[in-house]
Amino acid sequence: MGLKTALYDTHVRSGAKIVDFGGWEMPLHYGSQIEEHHAVRRDAGMFDVSHMGVVDLHGDRVREFLQRLLANDAGRLKTPGKALYSCMLLPSGGVIDDLIVYFLSDTWFRLVVNAGTRDKDLAWIRRHAAAFAVTVAEQRDLAMIAIQGPNAREKTLPLLAPAQRTVAQELAPFYGASLDSWFVARTGYTGEDGFEVMLPAADAARTWDALRAQGVLPAGLGARDTLRLEAGMNLYGNDMDEDHHPLESGLAWTVAFEPGGRDFIGRDALETLRRTGSRELVGLLLEERGVLRSHQKVVLAGIAAGEASAPPLTGEVTSGTFSPTLNRSIALARVPKTAASSVQVEIRGTLHAASIVKPPFVRHGKALIPH
Amino acid sequence: MSNIPKDLRYTKSHEWVRMAQGAAHGAAPNGAVEVGISEHAQSALGDLVFVEVPEAGRALTAGDACAVVESVKAASDVYSPVSGKVTAGNAALAAQPELVNQDPYGAGWLFRIQTDSPLDAASLMSAADYEKYLADEAK
Repeated sequence: MGLKTALYDTHVRSGAKIVDFGGWEMPLHYGSQIEEHHAVRRDAGMFDVSHMGVVDLHGDRVREFLQRLLANDAGRLKTPGKALYSCMLLPSGGVIDDLIVYFLSDTWFRLVVNAGTRDKDLAWIRRHAAAFAVTVAEQRDLAMIAIQGPNAREKTLPLLAPAQRTVAQELAPFYGASLDSWFVARTGYTGEDGFEVMLPAADAARTWDALRAQGVLPAGLGARDTLRLEAGMNLYGNDMDEDHHPLESGLAWTVAFEPGGRDFIGRDALETLRRTGSRELVGLLLEERGVLRSHQKVVLAGIAAGEASAPPLTGEVTSGTFSPTLNRSIALARVPKTAASSVQVEIRGTLHAASIVKPPFVRHGKALIPH
Repeated sequence: MSNIPKDLRYTKSHEWVRMAQGAAHGAAPNGAVEVGISEHAQSALGDLVFVEVPEAGRALTAGDACAVVESVKAASDVYSPVSGKVTAGNAALAAQPELVNQDPYGAGWLFRIQTDSPLDAASLMSAADYEKYLADEAK
């Protein structure tokens, strides 16, 4: 049996289809994945994300430690509550994990890491924290609920005590606040507005039920995946991993090369890869019927008759799905750097035309590409 | 419990087969049989977003992968329960793959096939056998 969150029984009672995800028994959907997807784009949905790891870092040199540990620069976090998205790299530049770090005080930062990588993440963090006298404390007694959608915030706020409500209401995007035993952040993984709420596991079921009474629809990992892909957000293990660095994973924007003197783990390798890297992550839009899936082969167009002597340039779909918002298939794919605007994707032995587009595909309920 | 109509036959890979004389839906003429996927199968797959059916005229051998049903999460092959020649694929599914979820035994049929030889009904499971098979599979 896998690990269970504090909301497991609630999911089962709601008729969730339960699947294994990174060793956790999690809801895939509660009946219709597509309805759950649309609820988040048009109104409000909620996800149990308690399987993710919450790691608190304390110490006088915690900021200096994070400037060494992370590819993005914790020095950019100047206002308490501000969040930063970053990769944590191997010396090779390969990605150990992607995470969010919240700046809570000069001696306290909080990380949220992926479920499937939490053990190796913790081992890596502890190994490097010692030199900075930073203590590493995993918060295993916290549940986490992500409430997402255009109406998510207004449906969540009434559940908070008046003093907390005022603080949560005023949170700017990508800020969080510690409110007694709760932590509320205006973050998410869907391309919509909303909150991610960390709360004591004992409060989780009651809060979930109260959100439901507010008209927030439970949504599973299936909808979470189609929403994040429409929003052009990477999934660790699919779109980047220890064998693929951020610069070929659409994550160059998260690597802070400035200031030049900041010696973060992986920097030396990335300085070279910056010049020599030959691949990039692009968005794909399938121009024909069918569904793009991870690991399908991408063939760059223009290798037709007359150029048969040159081996075709190929890449691979890293994440693919059917987009409920666009009603067609979309994907992220790692391909040789190209000026081409179209490619072909091999689906069950036959080639299908796809266009290269710049993600995101959908943001704040609106399609950003033609459909 | 899953809906398992008594007048159909079933395979271990969760296709159903409707014999011509039992065809309440449109009817598959001249001894052709109609094929689809079971209520259990569509429920396990989840919301379907793409269905590919065989074209009329295609010759199939029992066990051939001949159709694809794709949900948001995965693609699954559908195997022909019988040998013969396809007389029709359900064209409505191109625009409305969700018909398979909504009405798997009716409007969500996949294809019709003229069998090479009289169908040996014993080679397929009865509704009662299929129900037992599902119960065993769930254990």
